[in-house]
Amino acid sequence: MNDTKFAGNGISIKIFQQDPIPLAVEIECQAGELLALVGPSGSGKSTILRTIAGLHQPKTGFIQCNDEVWFDDQQSISIATQNRHIGFVFQDYALFPHLSALQNVVVALGHLNRKARRARAQVLLAQVNLKGLEYRSADELSGGQRQRVALARALAREPKVLLLDEPFSAVDQMTRRKLQQELVILRRNIKIPILLVTHDLDEAAMLADRLYVLHKGKTLQNGVPAEILRHPIDALVARLMGHSNIFSAKIEGHYPEQAITRILWHGLLLELELNDYFTIGTTVDWVIHPAHIIMHRRGRPSHGERENPLHGVVKELLVLGETSIVSLQIKGDDNAFLNFKISTHSASRNNLEVGAEASVSLLTEGIHLMPCYR
Amino acid sequence: MDTTALTLSLKLAFWTCVILFPVAIFFGRLLAWRQFPGKAWLEALIALPLVLPPTVLGFYLLLGMGATSSLGQSYFSLTGHHLVFSFDGLLVASVIFNLPFAIQPMQRAFEAIPTNIREAAWCCGLSRFESLWRIELPLAWPGAMSALALTFAHTLGEFGVVLMVGGSIEGETKTIAISIYDRVQAFDNHTAGTMSAFLLIFSLVTIGFVYHLTYRRRRSES
Repeated sequence: MNDTKFAGNGISIKIFQQDPIPLAVEIECQAGELLALVGPSGSGKSTILRTIAGLHQPKTGFIQCNDEVWFDDQQSISIATQNRHIGFVFQDYALFPHLSALQNVVVALGHLNRKARRARAQVLLAQVNLKGLEYRSADELSGGQRQRVALARALAREPKVLLLDEPFSAVDQMTRRKLQQELVILRRNIKIPILLVTHDLDEAAMLADRLYVLHKGKTLQNGVPAEILRHPIDALVARLMGHSNIFSAKIEGHYPEQAITRILWHGLLLELELNDYFTIGTTVDWVIHPAHIIMHRRGRPSHGERENPLHGVVKELLVLGETSIVSLQIKGDDNAFLNFKISTHSASRNNLEVGAEASVSLLTEGIHLMPCYR
Repeated sequence: MDTTALTLSLKLAFWTCVILFPVAIFFGRLLAWRQFPGKAWLEALIALPLVLPPTVLGFYLLLGMGATSSLGQSYFSLTGHHLVFSFDGLLVASVIFNLPFAIQPMQRAFEAIPTNIREAAWCCGLSRFESLWRIELPLAWPGAMSALALTFAHTLGEFGVVLMVGGSIEGETKTIAISIYDRVQAFDNHTAGTMSAFLLIFSLVTIGFVYHLTYRRRRSES
């Protein structure tokens, strides 16, 4: 287990267990990096954070932070939570309800001498924009303010790693955006590994340097958010990343001289950038991000119209404020649907409505092939 | 008013509370947060004094603390006195028959503290003892107050077990409840009435105080 010790500044986690939930993950997070663990409920995200904090003991595992081993089942090492120096922001913040905001932070400042604690707590609360609210109890604070106290308390210990367990899930949308922006600003000055558990993909993509996509206790894929979004390794990751345009097709042929590969999908030939990894005749899954689906404007040819033109009928048009979601049934096949977003303004300018005919192009660089998912 | 009996009862209630307080904290936390084999049986054992006739409990305590029992013999070799029919024996009995009154409110109070509050305390670097002292006990204090009030009031009122284990020795084991019984037997209804009224008012105030704390806790939780 400990043969590949983490050398740099950061945290290295390996957890293997069957109970209470199966987990088989290896995660590394560098100092200053914000890593998001995403996945559906029950994928083990929170258990990973709890294991790092020492609140859960896995059957087998190895955790090293900087040069300190926190857990190693082979050497029977398990450092107590109190001695791991972690900052933990719980989902519901877990503020001490009988203490004021200031006292909540002071509790975590045991490493300073008594006189210095109060002043330091005030600085930390000011850092999270809570100046003037130091003496309010947890009950008297709003959701966003509680989250800020929890963050100040987590940072008070001068932690070696910061663990955030869905820290924005209990606040309204507006407060969430504000708190997310504050975290982006705050982390500029924190040179420790930060692990964020979230099931909000937008949040993960916006805040994280890297994502770990988890499912049933296993890491399906890890990498830069944009890369995972554009190039998921299989249909499951694509689905977990929120893709709705996931289809199966057959490789029709590779054409190196044109630098393209053609796939056969519902009787239509689609072109994409050359990808000869898959042999001709193989059934593959493919995905396209809505950003790579271009709607043709009526009467005015536009950029990309010649790339994989498809014609269909609008089956659904969902107006969500300034954006509309279109579900287009491809002509000639009742089971082939493409989903994409356009601005509501553009939808109305093109007289888009349910039952109307529309044409789109699938940009070749946007079609991503994946092995067929079983 | 039999002030000797009243003083003895107050002394017994005080020492019972002093001894049971840490015991209640230990068992209250254990039962609130730990899962272990035989937990249901341990809870049943603690609750037994609530349902057992005091005479049955008194009978077994008498056997357990008697001169021929190992506890009785050990106590005799240490102090040169017998445990039964002494204040110390009465105190042991009092601690045992008050176990549910002290432990159950503490258990409920600890159960009401969310697990992640304790975990947050550990993440803040607090040791288990510091977490108990600075976080858990302040949050569980209504439960602790209930436990102490119920134990105190119940000790003052206990009759059956006290009579079985302590008898009615003036200044040693004759509590206010026994004294009331004695006075009624002696047709001294005036003294019995005064002492009964005292116990009635004291118990009412105590129980009222406990309910008040319970409602306050529910209000703060909601």
